[in-house]
Amino acid sequence: MEEFLLIFRRDFNSKDSQPSAEGLQNNLKLWQDWFEKLTAEDTLSRPIQRWDREGKIVKSKNQVLNGPYVEIKEAIGGMIFIKAANYDEAAEIANGCPVLELGGNVEIRKAVTPADH
Amino acid sequence: MPDKEDLLPHLFRNEYQKIVSVLINLFGIAHVEVAEDIVSDTFLSATENWSHHGLPDNPTAWLYTVAKNKTKNHLKRSHLFDSKLSPQLKRDSPLNEEIELDLSYQNISDSQLAMIFAVCSPIIPTASQIALALNLLCGFGAQEIADAFVTNKEVIYKRIKRAKETLKEANLPISQPSITEITERLETVLTTLYLLFSEGYYSTSQQTNLRKDFCMEAMRLNYMLIQNAATNVPKVNALMALMCFHSSRFDARTNKLGESVLYHEQDENLWNQELIARGNYFLNNAATGTHLSKYHLEAGIAACHTRKGDTPTKWQQILQSYDHLLQLEYSPIAALNRVYALSKVSGAKSAIKEAEKLDLKDNQFYYSLLGKLYSDVDPELALSHYQTALKLANATCDQMLIRRNMEELKSPEN
Repeated sequence: MEEFLLIFRRDFNSKDSQPSAEGLQNNLKLWQDWFEKLTAEDTLSRPIQRWDREGKIVKSKNQVLNGPYVEIKEAIGGMIFIKAANYDEAAEIANGCPVLELGGNVEIRKAVTPADH
Repeated sequence: MPDKEDLLPHLFRNEYQKIVSVLINLFGIAHVEVAEDIVSDTFLSATENWSHHGLPDNPTAWLYTVAKNKTKNHLKRSHLFDSKLSPQLKRDSPLNEEIELDLSYQNISDSQLAMIFAVCSPIIPTASQIALALNLLCGFGAQEIADAFVTNKEVIYKRIKRAKETLKEANLPISQPSITEITERLETVLTTLYLLFSEGYYSTSQQTNLRKDFCMEAMRLNYMLIQNAATNVPKVNALMALMCFHSSRFDARTNKLGESVLYHEQDENLWNQELIARGNYFLNNAATGTHLSKYHLEAGIAACHTRKGDTPTKWQQILQSYDHLLQLEYSPIAALNRVYALSKVSGAKSAIKEAEKLDLKDNQFYYSLLGKLYSDVDPELALSHYQTALKLANATCDQMLIRRNMEELKSPEN
């Protein structure tokens, strides 16, 4: 088993690509179900951690911007660590991520272990 | 860990329009976007928090607390507090008390009433009014509205955006409507609610649940007018009665495949008796005063249709109501319906005479009606009328209906 980082991104900025209230409520249900499934199947390699949505961005020396939303279209909505045999299996798991329903995407990164390099 | 307990259906949508109304009431119509941002942000926090930690004991209270905090933060951070709208806010809360977002039941309903009158302002074109009402007063998103209108999201999004800009430019005060304003504007408000209901009831969209929601929302807004003493006038009750009667057949008018079921083929057991009873209640309440509105007449006709039997008195009554309705306000559809009622009272031949006088050459329903009326008199002519109707019909469900009528014509059962 390898460890993978799944990063969820979506456009939190453009007004016309935000989900409706009903859409968001439906999405909440999907997240609950998905996290529950991941927990039940023992897929998570570390406990779920929530991240503040405000954030700051350091651009160049002494230039710190408030919030990740200013210039980046797609912001990080969250991330989790999972166990999977390989990238294909990790991608399979990421396929069920509810961020996809909102037009977002999931970036997958494998944790590098001493054995790899 | 998240628990499996389900949220109230439509909780977000319902709370969205409540909080937005209260915020706009607080900030003024010029800041409609700020209000929307605060509410959207509240729901985003809720989604994120609840998907990790499960639902709070009282989700609504949770949302209100977060909305209040976000409002406070916004006021602290932005120039809003110091700009022109603040002197009043400051005056209202001396000693520089913190602004508290009042999400009490009373303030929510007052705010919503004020919003209804703002959204239904005559400065906004009708089509936009309905879209804006669905968006601001009912909490539907552009995509959902587009689905029900059978159009694309961009069209609706632009329509709502333009309507909001118009409201902003006009900078209408959002306030409890005065008695004069109520008299002046109530008609527009009722027209919007009527159209909102019709959009749900007659839309060709396959999204049955969404359409039902539109009807329910129109009824909810209408009921708010009834609950408020100043707007609880006879015609408001009449419109409510009309909506109750129509929606009583909601479950009977489509079959499991989503096809429409004609009135005379509907299973009466599926008619919602509770809604019919409520319709009668509101119709009774409407029967005061001296003004007979078109809603009174239409509700009266709809009340007759809650009884299926073909009694002469029933059709006599319907015919009279249509006569009256046409005098109040002529519409081709009402005229066609009147002719149908006439055929039930005086027979097909005299109805045909009246129908041909209407001469609605580009109206599919005109030819469908002629087809129906000629069915027993001259089947061949009936068929040719149905064919013309079929050529004019755009919606698939209309076409299906006409084809079915044509088949019935070819193989008469009785």
